[in-house]
Amino acid sequence: MAGLHKSEFKNPVLNWVDSRLPLLTLMSKEYGQFPTPKNFNYFWNFGALATINLLVMIATGIFLAMNYNPSAAGAFDSIQRIMRDVNYGWLLRLVHMNGASMFFIIIYIHIFRGMYYGSYKAPRELLWMTGVALFLLLMATAFMGYVLPWGQMSYWGATVITNLFSAFPVVGNWIVTLLWGGFSVDNPTLNRFFALHYLLPFVITGVVFLHVVALHITGSNNPLGIDVKSSQDTVPFHPYYTAKDSVGMCVYFLIFAALVFFRPYIFSEVDNNIPANPLQTPNAIVPEWYFLPYYAILRSVPDKLLGVLCMFGSILVWFVLPWLDTSKVRSARFRPIYRGMMILLVVDMVVLGLVGHHHPEGIWIPLGRVFTLLYFAHFAALPFVGLFEKPLPLPDSISQPVLPRGPGGGGGGPMPAGAAAKPMEKA
Amino acid sequence: MMRHSLIFAASALAVAAAWVPTARAEEEIVLPQQTWSFDGVTGTINRAAAQRGFQVYNEVCSACHSMKYMDYRNLAAIGLSATQIKAIAASKTVPGEPDDNGQPTTRPGLPSDHFVNPFPNDKAARAANNGALPPDQSMLLNAREGGANYIFALVGKGYVDPPKGVTVPDGLYYNKYFPGHNIHMPPPLADGSVTYADGTKATVEQEARDVTTFLYFASNPESEERKHLGVRVVGFLALLTGVTYGVKKKIWADIHH
Repeated sequence: MAGLHKSEFKNPVLNWVDSRLPLLTLMSKEYGQFPTPKNFNYFWNFGALATINLLVMIATGIFLAMNYNPSAAGAFDSIQRIMRDVNYGWLLRLVHMNGASMFFIIIYIHIFRGMYYGSYKAPRELLWMTGVALFLLLMATAFMGYVLPWGQMSYWGATVITNLFSAFPVVGNWIVTLLWGGFSVDNPTLNRFFALHYLLPFVITGVVFLHVVALHITGSNNPLGIDVKSSQDTVPFHPYYTAKDSVGMCVYFLIFAALVFFRPYIFSEVDNNIPANPLQTPNAIVPEWYFLPYYAILRSVPDKLLGVLCMFGSILVWFVLPWLDTSKVRSARFRPIYRGMMILLVVDMVVLGLVGHHHPEGIWIPLGRVFTLLYFAHFAALPFVGLFEKPLPLPDSISQPVLPRGPGGGGGGPMPAGAAAKPMEKA
Repeated sequence: MMRHSLIFAASALAVAAAWVPTARAEEEIVLPQQTWSFDGVTGTINRAAAQRGFQVYNEVCSACHSMKYMDYRNLAAIGLSATQIKAIAASKTVPGEPDDNGQPTTRPGLPSDHFVNPFPNDKAARAANNGALPPDQSMLLNAREGGANYIFALVGKGYVDPPKGVTVPDGLYYNKYFPGHNIHMPPPLADGSVTYADGTKATVEQEARDVTTFLYFASNPESEERKHLGVRVVGFLALLTGVTYGVKKKIWADIHH
């Protein structure tokens, strides 16, 4: 029959469907046989975990939206109704609320993995860039979601963050008025934030598909950062990585559950349990923990416009990371200097987070400035480090470092024809 | 590699955490830490204390403080019977439907009614309280840094004579645990403010403990169900993690990596 997909499924019903709509073939190719480097460590769980977290957020979010009242007069009351009167409303809400923090924990580890093992380098530039776009979308969604309970921190956080746009010359105030839908954060702001908060997760889902398509073209990077040379270097995704991802998933749900059931408010500010009051500013306006490093960068720069630019720039610079890094070696395991720089970057982010949490006074001001400089110095130094850094010798292949060495010095197992003679392509 | 970076990140956190107290110490009010029946993973709300606490709220706090997210029916969760709840609700007067001439009416409360508000609106509340608005108490415990320990310290131990050299402005009261120390609320509790039916001696501290327990319930009405479900969910997930790890080990057994 012309135009039909040649399905390999034996079951006649599945075969009939798959011949016309080859979703089963696609799934089996991309998540069944998909050849995956066999040397992943548990850092490689976090992409799958992020997908699951997204699904959890969408599922709980839809049911919360059924009970939420997106109006300045009713939002806070409706959250209390969800917590007290809606069947398992407290569970939906606490899962959604802590799910945001879990999402950022996962994504930060996922991003760290990408940076540490050089997953952004050729040929995975677009994979990386779609990832950065996803992170920005996630931040926008999280920010707007935090406004919805309409507590004091929601209201004043929204006021401070939207006001940042007024720093831009000429269009600044116009943008702020557009965001607010008026002349201050009020009912129209809440309405549009709710609409966007519901929309963006589906945009994220779309970009996740792009991210996965890009991943499945290039294949995954791995802790050694070297290319797959032969089928010996890989295992089929199923059952090997479905099993390994399941372990990560269980641990993730365990931590998530412990948070939701035993310490549900550990990440939240008590002030957000006070209804929004435009006439009373809270003692300290603090964003959620996952925004603290950028908030610290913003406050560390004495000039408002420059501060805003630095804050956005601190993430936008990730877009050009594939071209900033001139080293041909991907994994930090073989890059002594880069490895130190990555560890320093993590420390830097933690310190900036603490700076963002504290009143900008005393030690926190110089600390913020020094670590803001350090943050950007990391990215400024990358092009040069790649030039003079002496990488450690790379293994010949993923299998080589673990295979028992035969008399010839090669691998012990049977090598597919042609693979053994293939010369090194990278570094 | 991973281990190294984790150790490094952990030490960075430790170093950073070591800075925190020095930077915050100047103005921090140290709350005396209490043990509560609702502490911890298996904590429950002490029914007798919560019922006594409701009595304190009902007879003392509710003169000024609203509790608008609580309904009388919610009292069933701290062990009051349907008859008791009906009687409590019926003793309150709540706004009713307008009558046939459109005139506002009042009626006795029902278990389904919200706790009645002592003032018709915020302005009336301010006018009666020297300009200050008594905060709604339904979420109070979750809306204050320190939670139960703060509320207990504030009303149970905080009203002391001001230190030498500190003058308290007219109409305000000195409270050791209130941020800024000058509070509008006069000392709300005294020995014998209420008479407990169960014979418990009504000292200020006892009343404060009881009302804090009740306020914890009001702020976290789901807490017992949450923790109860949590123990089972976490237990199940711990088992599942073990089994899944075993399966993964078995599947990977023949792969050298």
